[in-house]
Amino acid sequence: MKVEQVSVFVENQPGRLEAILEVLESKQISIQALSISETAEFGIVRMILADPDAGHEALRQASFTTRKDWILAAEIPDVPGGLLNSVAKPLADAGVNLKYFYAYLEHAVNKAMVVLKTDDLEKAEQVLKAKTG
Amino acid sequence: MMRSPELEKMPRAELEKLQIERLQEKVKDVYEKVPFYRRAFKEKEVTPDDIQTPADLKKLPFTIKLDFRDNYPYGLLAVPPEEIVRIHSSSGTTGKPIIAPYTQGDVDTWAEIMARTLATSGVTREDVLQNAYGYGLFTGGLGFHYGAELLGASVVPTSGGNTKRQILLIQDLGATVITCTPSYALILAETALDMGVDLRETRLRLGVLGAEPWSEQMRQDIEERLGIIAINIYGLTEIIGPGVSVECPHKCGMHIAEDHFLVELIDPQTEEPVPYGQEGELVITTLTKEAQPVIRFRTRDIVSLNPEPCECGRTMTRMSRVTGRSDDMLIVRGVNVFPSQIESVLLEVEGVEPHYLIVVDRKHAFKSDELEVWVEVSEDVFSDEMQKMEALEKKLRSEMDSVLGISARIKLVEPKTIARTEGKAKRVVDRSEL
Repeated sequence: MKVEQVSVFVENQPGRLEAILEVLESKQISIQALSISETAEFGIVRMILADPDAGHEALRQASFTTRKDWILAAEIPDVPGGLLNSVAKPLADAGVNLKYFYAYLEHAVNKAMVVLKTDDLEKAEQVLKAKTG
Repeated sequence: MMRSPELEKMPRAELEKLQIERLQEKVKDVYEKVPFYRRAFKEKEVTPDDIQTPADLKKLPFTIKLDFRDNYPYGLLAVPPEEIVRIHSSSGTTGKPIIAPYTQGDVDTWAEIMARTLATSGVTREDVLQNAYGYGLFTGGLGFHYGAELLGASVVPTSGGNTKRQILLIQDLGATVITCTPSYALILAETALDMGVDLRETRLRLGVLGAEPWSEQMRQDIEERLGIIAINIYGLTEIIGPGVSVECPHKCGMHIAEDHFLVELIDPQTEEPVPYGQEGELVITTLTKEAQPVIRFRTRDIVSLNPEPCECGRTMTRMSRVTGRSDDMLIVRGVNVFPSQIESVLLEVEGVEPHYLIVVDRKHAFKSDELEVWVEVSEDVFSDEMQKMEALEKKLRSEMDSVLGISARIKLVEPKTIARTEGKAKRVVDRSEL
């Protein structure tokens, strides 16, 4: 299924993640998944938020450079080969390239969640729908 | 609108006659009344009688910024101190400031020059002009104020700063003209946006912007964000303040008030004249200034000159925007780099904010000689994909390489990392200042 991700540009310096988290806490917005991709100078903080619109706006108000994008979330079985067989392999077979992905907190027993961005959102969604439901 | 068509459209031959008459008088004046000039003339073995044609100008000595500091505060006065009615001063980053004293005659002349300047830029007596240049020692505030009043516009003297109030007043008083530095115009647009105000929907139609170097791309950006026509104006504290030259709405060079200011263009190294159309350092001699006349002042501003009459009908020589300062020029790995070149590169890359900072390492210049450019990342260029961010960095770096001829390190920074200044924007800092 499609989910909205909020990403934020940060300089690679102490306290920058803290500043983002403080903004979200002040608005009582909880984070369901988070990943950081970094270079020596800067990073991209990507998050799945309980309320992406409110989170995006709050971060913007706090002068962060931020954006919202539709990406995919998929529920996979929490077993060896789960990620391989329900996500990686089907996408590879369909010729869809993964740009990035990260894991998601999932409370359900025996299930794991991942979020991912590919070069073809619609196609990837169809492929994953067939595999993971 | 032409305020003084008889002067502004004067045939070149007549203008030159007027200039040489005024020059002869001024040269005599400073030779008799200012010991500094008398000494300088003697060193060059020149007397006022040697000045008979415009070509004789080059026999005269140059005046440089240091001469103002060395003769601080009153050493360059050509009138008794009691004739002074006002004193302005430049911001002066190091050492003594430069002072600009005015007689009543100078104040009146300046107001007339500024009234003509504003009329040239398109201001009329129907306009409400919000003057956000700093009032006080800086020449900008009062210079614009007196000129705009003389022209008959309604002046709102907000001075610089208190940006939110500026935006409220633009809305409430229906300002049609904003006068400020180009970097402050961008601050206004940014602050308005934060307040949920679209300046394009106000009555603002014209900006007369100057006091710092800017670029054509920055003009487009300002025009778009504020919904105005942005006009470039030029002036210097040492000469008079704002009013030396200004664009007409054709925006094809700034018309120099040549009945008051005699200009030359020289090669900053050889001091030889530079032909029309080529870039060189602007040299100005004041023709009407009473309190502190200046002979052949080396402005350090790099411009080109165009003597062709403008479409608007004015015959006065036009100068290009200032493309650099001969003393701001950075020499990195033996290559001359002007901050304006770096700005033009940044503005060419779609979506990049014109907020940048050039960081140089002067102390270790012999070792690392490094040039680093900080660029703020706007929402328009930010991507959630690292690949795209790295591609942006790479693109900036390669554009910078091809324009500057040397490589620069690009550092992407968060918005508002680079300090906003309300006066002149600081574009170059030494690493030791960070």
